[in-house]
Amino acid sequence: MTTMQKRADTDAYRERFEEFERQRAAARPAWLVPLRKAAAARFAELGFPTTRDEDWRFTNVSPIADSDFSLPRFKGSELTAKQIEPYTFEGAGTTLVFVNGRFTPELSACPELPTGVQVGGLAAAFRTDVPVVKAHLGHYASYEKNAFTALNTAFVEDGAFVHVGSGRVVEQAIHLLFVSVNNDGPHQAHPRNLIVAEPNSQATIVESHGSIGDARYFTNSVTEVIAGDNAVLDCYKLGRDSDAAFHVDTTQIQLARSSTVTMNTITLGGALVRNNANVVLAGEGGDCTLNGLYMIGGHQHVDNHLRVEHAAPHCNSWEYYKGILNGASRGVFTGRIFVEKGAQKTDAKQTNMSLLLSDQAQVESKPQLEIFADDVKCTHGATIGQIDRDALFYLRSRGMSDKLARSLLVQAFAREITDQIALEPMRARLEEMLLVRLPQGELLRDNS
Amino acid sequence: MLEIRNLHASVDGQDILRGIDLTVNAGEVHSIMGPNGSGKSTLAQVLAGRDTYEVTAGEVRYEGKNLLEMEPDERACEGLFMAFQYPVEIPGVSTNYFLRAALNARRKFHGLEELDAIDFLELIRDKAALVELDERLMNRGLNEGFSGGEKKRNEIFQMAVLEPKLAILDETDSGLDIDALKIVANGVNKLRDKQRSFIVITHYQRLLNYIVPDFVHVLMSGRIVQSGGKELALELEEKGYGSRETAAASAAP
Repeated sequence: MTTMQKRADTDAYRERFEEFERQRAAARPAWLVPLRKAAAARFAELGFPTTRDEDWRFTNVSPIADSDFSLPRFKGSELTAKQIEPYTFEGAGTTLVFVNGRFTPELSACPELPTGVQVGGLAAAFRTDVPVVKAHLGHYASYEKNAFTALNTAFVEDGAFVHVGSGRVVEQAIHLLFVSVNNDGPHQAHPRNLIVAEPNSQATIVESHGSIGDARYFTNSVTEVIAGDNAVLDCYKLGRDSDAAFHVDTTQIQLARSSTVTMNTITLGGALVRNNANVVLAGEGGDCTLNGLYMIGGHQHVDNHLRVEHAAPHCNSWEYYKGILNGASRGVFTGRIFVEKGAQKTDAKQTNMSLLLSDQAQVESKPQLEIFADDVKCTHGATIGQIDRDALFYLRSRGMSDKLARSLLVQAFAREITDQIALEPMRARLEEMLLVRLPQGELLRDNS
Repeated sequence: MLEIRNLHASVDGQDILRGIDLTVNAGEVHSIMGPNGSGKSTLAQVLAGRDTYEVTAGEVRYEGKNLLEMEPDERACEGLFMAFQYPVEIPGVSTNYFLRAALNARRKFHGLEELDAIDFLELIRDKAALVELDERLMNRGLNEGFSGGEKKRNEIFQMAVLEPKLAILDETDSGLDIDALKIVANGVNKLRDKQRSFIVITHYQRLLNYIVPDFVHVLMSGRIVQSGGKELALELEEKGYGSRETAAASAAP
């Protein structure tokens, strides 16, 4: 892409940014204004990445860059509880609902939480200038390096703010539900989430994305997750965007000493989805597990891009991603592991397996290990395959139809990921979502 | 029950079966013996419907129907069963679920009501005891982490549950110690009756001390070169396949 073209894309966003500043952006707290401006300026310099950028080689974002997504207009409560029902999650204690990126209290359910635990919209936290927000927001997710994070930071306005105080334990899952709906044609949204778990605290966070009808939109979400010393966070991302949606999600996870963060990233929807997960193991004894599963078809494109940085000794990181691809869909997996010089006794393991159900589906899988310490254990493995013919024949030779046997083998393939989901209602829900996507899936319910 | 006429089959253009003729009547036990590479497993797989083998000539009638035109699952529903030489491990598919689905596919095929989980559990309890299979294995992934002997017993267990009309045992005895061999043979013998037929493929005569066949056939280079009664197995054990190899070579075109 030439500089001229690059300017053309970013010009459209500059105009949107000016419009945003004029009409909507709150000028308080004061520290936010220069942050937004700096991020907008950085985005104008970086422009949208192209396939010549190594990190974007297999994911072409020109459909995003070339489209005109307006800033969403808000007309009060746009949706009813009934409309968002398919996306709600019975296992959650607290549900925060965001419509086109904006917190909607009328649709949310926030029962009383233990003292020292704060869960709400980020805009409200800005209004009262919560010190924790100022201390963390934008300190981990770099707008200097990443164009989408720059764009998100330029438009930072609302999203979820979760603060679990020192030693506090939130028993029930906190559900952050983002629903997109077209009011006046295709729109863009830049939700920004901040999750801060103070030392010795514990919480389960589910972030899910859905849409009303086949809405066309561009969601560019950024979440910063900060786990303090000894904190335990169990996080889930559930992508059920519309098949006409573009979604770039960036999750930046910072782990302090002896903290544990698990994240399961599930992608079922979206035309083009890029999930960036950037992890920094900053303190000794940190433990991070990133599991992922996607099941796509048609012309869907899902790119999981992981970057795990071991910056301290005795940390573990496990990555296990699986993809199930049908139709002419495309999957991309990049797993980068950096082990810094002082990060001795690192134990890092990365596995990526893809199951191709059609001749047109395609997968690119790229592990990248950069190791600067000399006493570490780092392994990676990737497989790309089709339904195992021996297994299929075995099942059929006992009387099971070709169709049912194939579905059963797909379910079994997904199981290695779904079985690891600790949040039981989430596991059950996900299994069910996979079954409805499989031919004769209703016959597989008893396989447990 | 089964009539095989001049069956030829190949894989990747290489002929493996080169004119098999075999008739199996109801209630008979036929043993097929032969050295490595003679085509024993290929015959079993072709009969079960494995599509990696191409049938190039001949025909197979099963209960008067053209077996080769049937899908593998259709063959199973019609009462054909093959115990695999190498049972496949399938993590994520429970043995319990798999077997109930298979049994119900067959029941549905014959217009019978499907069994629910409770009736099914009752049914399999006795069958599992028959081959001394630990019931806890049923909740594990199919053959996942099973020992060699457990896998083979699981095959016989499945056979006992599915109650086939014609069972083909493909080297079910290979790799078994004598205790496991007796358990497997006992499982088979309990299922023998006037209607049910067996084709027992084996490399070793030993199995036939426990499953006594009505007929023994020697397979060499894709052809049956000799047939006889159970005493033929003992003769083979004593003299080896050597003398038959020359017979096979001279019979080849």
